[in-house]
Amino acid sequence: MKLELGKIKIRDVQFGSETRVEDHVLYINSEEIVKKVLGDERIISAKVELARPGESVRIAPVKDVLEPRVKVSGSGGMFPGFVNKVQEVGSGRTHALVGATVITCGRIVGFQEGVIDMSGPAAKYTPFSETYNVCVVIEPKEGLETHDYEAAGREAGLKIAAYVGEAGRNVEPDEVVVYETKPLLEQIKEYPDLPKVGYIHMLQSQGLLHDTYYYGVDAKQFIPTIMYPTEIMDGAIISGNCVAPCDKVTTYHHQNNPVIVDLYKRHGKDLNFVGVILTNENVFLADKERSSDMVAKLAEYMGLDGVLITEEGYGNPDTDLMMNCKKVSQKGVKVVLITDEFPGRDGKSQSLADAVEEADALVSCGQGNLIIEFPPMEKIIGTLDFIETMIGGYEGSLRPDGSIEAELQIIIASTIANGFNRLAARGY
Amino acid sequence: MEKIKVVHYINNFFAGIGGEEKADIPPEIRPGTVGPGMALQAALGDEYEVVATAICGDSYFGENLEKATDELIEMIRKYDPAVFVAGPAFNAGRYGVACGTIARAVEEKLGIPVVTGMYLENPGADMFKKDIHIILTGDSAADMRKSMPKLAALAKKMVKGEEILSPAEEGYIERGIRVNYFAEERGSARAVEMLLKKMAGEPFVTEYPMPKFDRVAPNPAVKDMKHAKVAVVTSGGIVPQGNPDRIESSSATKYGVYSVEGMERMSKDDFMTIHGGYDRAFVLENPNLVVPLDALRELEKAGEIGEVANYFITTTGTGTSIGNAKRFGESFSKKLLDDGISAVILTST
Amino acid sequence: MVHVCTVVPISLTIGANRIVPATGIPYPLGNPTLGEEGSYKVRMKLVKKALAALQTEVDGQTVFE
Repeated sequence: MKLELGKIKIRDVQFGSETRVEDHVLYINSEEIVKKVLGDERIISAKVELARPGESVRIAPVKDVLEPRVKVSGSGGMFPGFVNKVQEVGSGRTHALVGATVITCGRIVGFQEGVIDMSGPAAKYTPFSETYNVCVVIEPKEGLETHDYEAAGREAGLKIAAYVGEAGRNVEPDEVVVYETKPLLEQIKEYPDLPKVGYIHMLQSQGLLHDTYYYGVDAKQFIPTIMYPTEIMDGAIISGNCVAPCDKVTTYHHQNNPVIVDLYKRHGKDLNFVGVILTNENVFLADKERSSDMVAKLAEYMGLDGVLITEEGYGNPDTDLMMNCKKVSQKGVKVVLITDEFPGRDGKSQSLADAVEEADALVSCGQGNLIIEFPPMEKIIGTLDFIETMIGGYEGSLRPDGSIEAELQIIIASTIANGFNRLAARGY
Repeated sequence: MEKIKVVHYINNFFAGIGGEEKADIPPEIRPGTVGPGMALQAALGDEYEVVATAICGDSYFGENLEKATDELIEMIRKYDPAVFVAGPAFNAGRYGVACGTIARAVEEKLGIPVVTGMYLENPGADMFKKDIHIILTGDSAADMRKSMPKLAALAKKMVKGEEILSPAEEGYIERGIRVNYFAEERGSARAVEMLLKKMAGEPFVTEYPMPKFDRVAPNPAVKDMKHAKVAVVTSGGIVPQGNPDRIESSSATKYGVYSVEGMERMSKDDFMTIHGGYDRAFVLENPNLVVPLDALRELEKAGEIGEVANYFITTTGTGTSIGNAKRFGESFSKKLLDDGISAVILTST
Repeated sequence: MVHVCTVVPISLTIGANRIVPATGIPYPLGNPTLGEEGSYKVRMKLVKKALAALQTEVDGQTVFE
């Protein structure tokens, strides 16, 4: 499967009479966005606000972040199973508005929504302080059930990201990158001397605010499967706004999965990237056993020499991570894990909830318990009302002047456990 | 200009007061440098002055841990030092423990930075490395010339409030404290590199060696359940409606003790969960799914158990550090014992 | 002390000595999908199993399946 990804670089975002891209500037027609969002009767009000790098702006509580993309050619449409009907994606041509995002925010569903600062000392911990963000602030109907509210917020984000992405359909990209993985036997034949490498992609799948969707199906309902990496770039996997803000794999991070991008960089040179094994992190022990058994079986079946494994979340998913590591290692496949750490505010406790001796190669994405200072910002997009009950916040986190003291984990994707950031932890 | 004051701690042997036969001498303090203090003064330079040297026999210290510490603290306090250096103790076990104990106490009670030095296998190293900076030394005093400048250099950085760099850069024993930094390459790129090395059979270094967890011996079985008082402890985040003690949804720093006196079951009108790690919908509807009070009451009535404690103990398990969890456990275990509770059902979500 | 929990591997890693596997993470003691009465039966069974574990001598980590 071959995908041409056309990258249209966005260097500013402005309101305009029509949603379009001109000379690297993204113009946004906010009335149209509001109209589209309000097409869902579960939402009673919507507002569009823009946030640019360096501005004195705080966005909270952030639900999801998405990159506007559009399918220009090839089968299927963006976000199959949601915005478009279920049809295979991952081949043909896709355009991405690189440097722009759509961010959904509004009153919390649970505790898992997070914070983005566009400037100041906390900005460096989130990639979205460097992007031009179209923020959609939504308000649900009074008394809307939490699962329905989550779904409404999620679908609004997908709809608006696809709508904004359309603006890139007829724009000449600044750069076109070609990604290709062939059917297994052909792919192995293409680079017979290079080690065969796979990516075991663990999706959070634990219920409200902990779900992820594959072609529209809730990840807790599937059994592990194999994917072409390019399917993921076209929105085959989307976030149900998972877990703690810091290690939330947003839809943006699925579209721009760093493991896939970095494996492709070495594809055909140092390794042969033969595919992705997709699995879940369920709430029943039998599911964890069954899924990790299948993951190991698929790794063996594909004849892999090595795999990278990423997880989403912490606590019980550490067990899925360790089960996958152990069982895949026992098949003779070399394993490297990527994860983040939660050793307590003093950094002195164990970073993981579970451990196996096979996990001898691990890359750290930083520790999320560190206390961070957030100075007051001139403008708040959304609300700070929930700071103290959000994950990473605590009693006294929000001060009267609007400054915040909280654990790093309150920041969206700050310690995201797929290696997207440069943040890491080491032993002192 | 007034010099920065330093107090140094050594044992009787390094002070030149005999060997093992004098290891029972009690604490004393002398003005100026004694023994290795000369090397310390030289390494610190003109800006600093070793104003006093505290001395104690290792056996005395070991046998009178609290008393010796208290006496030494008072002696050291009088000199009003800005920084405290102990040892180095090299591979001398009792000396290492004494250096660690007094250094940690000085940091806690006098609020000044402290440095000591030990060989990796000195039992004092494992005991104190999490709490204080211990310069890694050789296994004998032959290493004094090399190690003392490292102690001095670290002490000076601490006094000046400069950033303490990694163990490799400063020469101290890794403390097991996880500190964030920004790496050159992002995590996924480092992982690809590590995998290529691992597949090629080349050496690589994991960024987080697997942690070790404590083990405790199992308690004996409960002999007479029909007369036992049973309590529920949970990490499922069950709290009274409104979360009066503001227990965190993740990475808890506190626990709560809440009454169930006179209650037949956990009512959703009285209790909720604030746990941020699972879909709360079921438990919000029925908190007995985590604190099984309804079942325990039935067993209490049937005489299967003696009595249900009139409270349960609760915190949030997700992201809560072992350090905090251990502290909670040590604190509420005492209460459980004082209240005559002989059996605990610990539930986790 | 008996640990009633879903993710038995974590309980083993962190060192619990008496372990009773629970139903699932969002409903450890019970099973709401079986209705109120069915869920209570599951809960009672687990509590009884926990009490039995407490009354059993163990010489190391033991999972009471």
